[in-house]
Parts: sequence; structure tokens; C-alpha cells
Amino acid sequence: MATRDDTAPLLDVRNLSLDFGSPRGRVHALRDVSLTVPKGRIVGVVGESGCGKSTLASTVIRLLAANADVTAGEIEFEGRDLLRLSEAEMRQLRGRRMSMVFQDPMTALNPVRSIEAQMLDIQYREPGSAEDKRRRAIEMLDKVGIPDPANRLEAYPHQFSGGMRQRICIAMALLVEPALLLADEPTTALDATLEVQIVHLLQRLQQDVGCSIVFVSHHLGTIAELCDDVVVMYAGEVVESGPVRDIFRNPGHPYTQALLACDPGRIREKTRQLPTIPGEVPDLRRVPSGCIFKARCSERHDRCDREAPESHRLESAVAGGEHRAKCHLREPGRSRAAAEVPS
Amino acid sequence: MSAADTDVQKSPGHDAESVRGAGALLQAWRLLRRDQLGMFGLVLVVLMVGSAIFADLIVPYEPSQILVGPRMGPPSWEHWLGTDHLGRDLLSRVVKGGQVAFMVALASLGAALTFGILLGLLAGFGPQWLDNVFLLLFDGVRAFPVIIFGLATVTLMGPSLWTVVFVVAVTSIPIYARIVRTQTQALKNNEFIVAERAMGAGTGRILGVHVLPNVVGPLLILASMDVPLVITTEAGLSFLGMGVRPPTPSWGTLLNDGYNYIRNSPWPVIAGGIPIVITTLGFTFLGEALRDIFDPKLRKDL
Repeated sequence: MATRDDTAPLLDVRNLSLDFGSPRGRVHALRDVSLTVPKGRIVGVVGESGCGKSTLASTVIRLLAANADVTAGEIEFEGRDLLRLSEAEMRQLRGRRMSMVFQDPMTALNPVRSIEAQMLDIQYREPGSAEDKRRRAIEMLDKVGIPDPANRLEAYPHQFSGGMRQRICIAMALLVEPALLLADEPTTALDATLEVQIVHLLQRLQQDVGCSIVFVSHHLGTIAELCDDVVVMYAGEVVESGPVRDIFRNPGHPYTQALLACDPGRIREKTRQLPTIPGEVPDLRRVPSGCIFKARCSERHDRCDREAPESHRLESAVAGGEHRAKCHLREPGRSRAAAEVPS
Repeated sequence: MSAADTDVQKSPGHDAESVRGAGALLQAWRLLRRDQLGMFGLVLVVLMVGSAIFADLIVPYEPSQILVGPRMGPPSWEHWLGTDHLGRDLLSRVVKGGQVAFMVALASLGAALTFGILLGLLAGFGPQWLDNVFLLLFDGVRAFPVIIFGLATVTLMGPSLWTVVFVVAVTSIPIYARIVRTQTQALKNNEFIVAERAMGAGTGRILGVHVLPNVVGPLLILASMDVPLVITTEAGLSFLGMGVRPPTPSWGTLLNDGYNYIRNSPWPVIAGGIPIVITTLGFTFLGEALRDIFDPKLRKDL
């Protein structure tokens, strides 16, 4: 891959659409999703439950349920379209060029095998003797902050706490020095103090290994802390994307604005009632026409019912940053959008 | 790292060293020693299995030898369990009959476990249609009462030790296969299996390295508790004259022979019944103790 253009993104998801077959109709879980992950960057995917962010991660590593059906789009990874690879070719990539960390560390490790057995196991395609692999495993456990790794290697998953287990999962995922790490809500099952630790750990290791990370989370604070770029998803669509600064300082889409307003960490006044976004996520078996967010949007107008908004480019505070939002209000030339530039 | 994150769940006698390899067995032994009923079971099992293994050394008389002494005699110093209607020494026949019983148990449970695990993994991990086909087969076999199936098979294949093994194996396979299938299905969507696939593991690797160890422990314990069931099935078929051929002694044939003369003497029936009772109790107690030890959820000390 060294021969390839260094500026080319590591992972480029273009116009991906995916349906889930269900007995009561097809669920259009992802629609026209695009996502670019440059080399060595951390891209956050944020959105509420069921918006398709985990589905997106599973699609990239092609570990979808049997009823999933990709209907359109490409996933280019290191110059190859992952959707066209055979299962055997895909297996060559998994655990070598890309790996994944899952949400629940309590269930992500085999309970009846020692950490050592599992960590040596995942290196089965790597060169070197068992002793080398053992040494590498110890090194990696040390890096993720497991005290006394040489002795702890022999322990079983149940002898570790949740936070420790997630560290072990991260160690295992990065042991193979992948180019891309998919982190599917790795901090959701942990408490707040551990969350910060894991985020810092990921940050440190990312620089160490030099990989790119797709970080899926519904926690805005973690995203702001960790990520370089952010993709905001709503009901299977990307509604806004851009550098983390733009998204948090100058959100362009009403959904992002509402999400930020609901973040308890940003509320300044004392209140008994936390703000919420009224309404419900639309039924994705019958995707409504027009804007996907219209039913819950505070700035809805009649155009939102008629036509689906384009993705408009907004001004970015970051040099070279591409900030985009999918909202009619951000159309260039509208009076409200004073801060915009023509795309 | 902070203190909050470095805590490691520890319990007495459960430190890192004692968990691995031989240490785990040693620890299981320590736990078993505290379980009185389990130890009692172990003693019974060792007694019965040991007497079967060393049967040829410990039998006081040749089991099929017709002695000139009393027929259907009560227990005496010469014949601890008495003699049967032909004047054969009952203790010798009971001990020798144990060989048959345990051979049948070992062979049939071994075969049932092997095929049960194989079919169960296939059904649990394979495509839906395969699962449906296997389930239909399993339920079809299970719908036959064991004895009826046994009688039909014996009629077709002729009575012999291996017919008994075949009958027991075939009727036990669906039970094990169903358990393995259910466990596999529960496991296959488990996050750690998905995580393994995310690390590039293939189906063979997932089944062999990750699913099997999770399934095999409970299954072995179940099999140990099934030993008495198999032995009673063998005894039942032999009692009906469909199992082991005379003059080879088996607990079932002992019962059968004794049953014909029960008005004259109860001793042959008692002699044939006692080992079945002891073996059943032994394996049941031991199996339950092992289940408690290896299933952490049932463990009292944790």
C-alpha cells in the first residue's frame, strides 16, 4: 500500500445504502451514507440509538446479520472495494488490516479461555515463534495499562473488571497493528471515569500504532475529546459532517443543534428537566418523503415536506476542512445562512 | 492507572496460579473434597469401576463355572452373595457383569458424545435448513421409546453386546446433539464470537477453538450422569433376553435369571440389583458435585 498516494483516504464509504429484510417489510437502515477516513485520523460517528451508526461499522468489516442487503454504494479501503471482495479475501483483511472493538467488554472475550490463549490465537497468521507472540502480547497489555502483564496473561476474563477487559479488547485489536480500528461504542458499557481513561488510551495508542479509527458513540463529550472529524447520523442518513470544531462550535443542521442542546454537559442553568428532542425516529420501512428530520425539526417549513435537502457545504473554521450539512436552511444564498460560503 | 481500574476480582483459593492447567484440576479436587455427597459418589464410582477393571483378578470363582455346592444358596463365607440356580458364584458374576456394563457405557456414550457434538455443532452453526433437517431427525429418533427401539433393532440385528451399544448410542445422540445445538446457537451470536470473526477467524477455528470448549464441559458432566441410565438400559435389554448372550454375565441377565426363581430365593435378584443401585447413586452424586464445581453460578463459596 506504500506505493499509493499518501493523500488518498484510507477508507472511503460512498453513497452506501443498506436494507434489512424483516417479516414486516424492508427496513432501509442506511441511505446514501458517505464517510471518509483519512490516514491517521480519528473519525467519530455520532447519533441516537438506531440511527445506523453500528450498522455502518459492521458493514465496513462485513460482519452483518444474514438479513442485511447492501443495495448501493462502495466501500473503498486501501484502494479495494470491500463489497466486492470474497469472504476469504475479507478474512485476510480482518484481524490484519482492520480490527474492531465492541461495546460490551463483558461478553467480547471467550470466558473459558485464558487471555494468553486468546491473544496468541489472534496472531496465528503473524510470523514468529510462540515465545515472540507471547512477548508481543505482554508488551501490548503493558501499553494498555494492565499492571503486571506477564503474570496477568494467564488469567481468565472473569478475573478482570469491565474496564480492564475493555483494555484487553483494545490490546487485542491493536496487537495486529491494523490500518483501521473500528470502535463500536467501546465506552458505552463503562462508567464515566473509565470512559475518559479509555478515550485517552485510544488517543495515545492511535499515535503509537499510527492507525485510523472510526469511533462510534452516542456520547458527544467523548467524540469532542477524541475525534478529528465527526459524522452526525440520523435515521440512517448522514445529516452533517465536518471537522470536530465546526460541528461543536457552529453546527449547521437543526438535528446537530438539538443534540448539542440536549447534552447535559453543556447545560448551564439548573433545571429539573433535561431537554429532549420531541417526537420519534421515523419508521424506516416507509421512509417519509422530503427531509428525514422534518417531523422533529423546530425549523420545519413547507419545502421540507416536498424535497429532500441536498448536502450543502458550509464555512469551516479549520483550514481545508469540509463541513457539510443536509438542510434546506444551509442552501447557499439564503438570508438566514450568513456564515455560509458558496460551495 | 487509577486504583479504581486496577481492581481484580479475587476470591480465596482462586489466585492467578491455581487457575491454569493442573492447578484448575487441583482446585476442583479441593472443592470436591469438601462436598461429602460428591466424595461418597466418587468412592462408589471408583469401587465399581475398579472392580470392573480388575474383575479377572478379584473374582473368587470362574463366573460361568457351575459349582458342586448349593444352588440358590444364601450368602455364606464361600459365596458372599450366594449362588444362582445353576450353582454359580453370584459375586463373581456381579463383578464380571460390571465389565459388560461399563464397556457398554463407555462405548455407547463415547459414540453418542462424538456424533452428538458433531451434529450439534453443524445444526447450530450451519444454515437454517440444515438445522431444521437435523431437528426433524433428532425428534424423530427421540419419539421412539428406547426399549421399543431396542427390541426392534435386536430383532433385526440379533442380540449381542454391540447391538446394545448401538441402541444406546443412537438414542443418546439426539439428546447431546440438541444440547450442543442450543448452546452453539446461543454462543454464535455472542459478542466474542463476532469479535473473533472481526479478527479474521474462520468457521473451523471458531467452532473448534471457541465454541467447543464452551460446550464440552457441561456435556461431559451430563454424560457422567447418564452412565447409570445407559447401564440400566443395558440391564433392561439383557433382562428381556435381548442383550448380552449367556453365559456372559451381565447385571441384567442376573436379574432375569433370579427373577424366574424369586419364589425359591431372593438372593440372585438382590445380587443383580445392588450393583445397579450403587452405580446409579455413585454417578449421580459425583455428577451433581462436578456440575456444582464447574458451573461457577452454582458454586456456593464464590
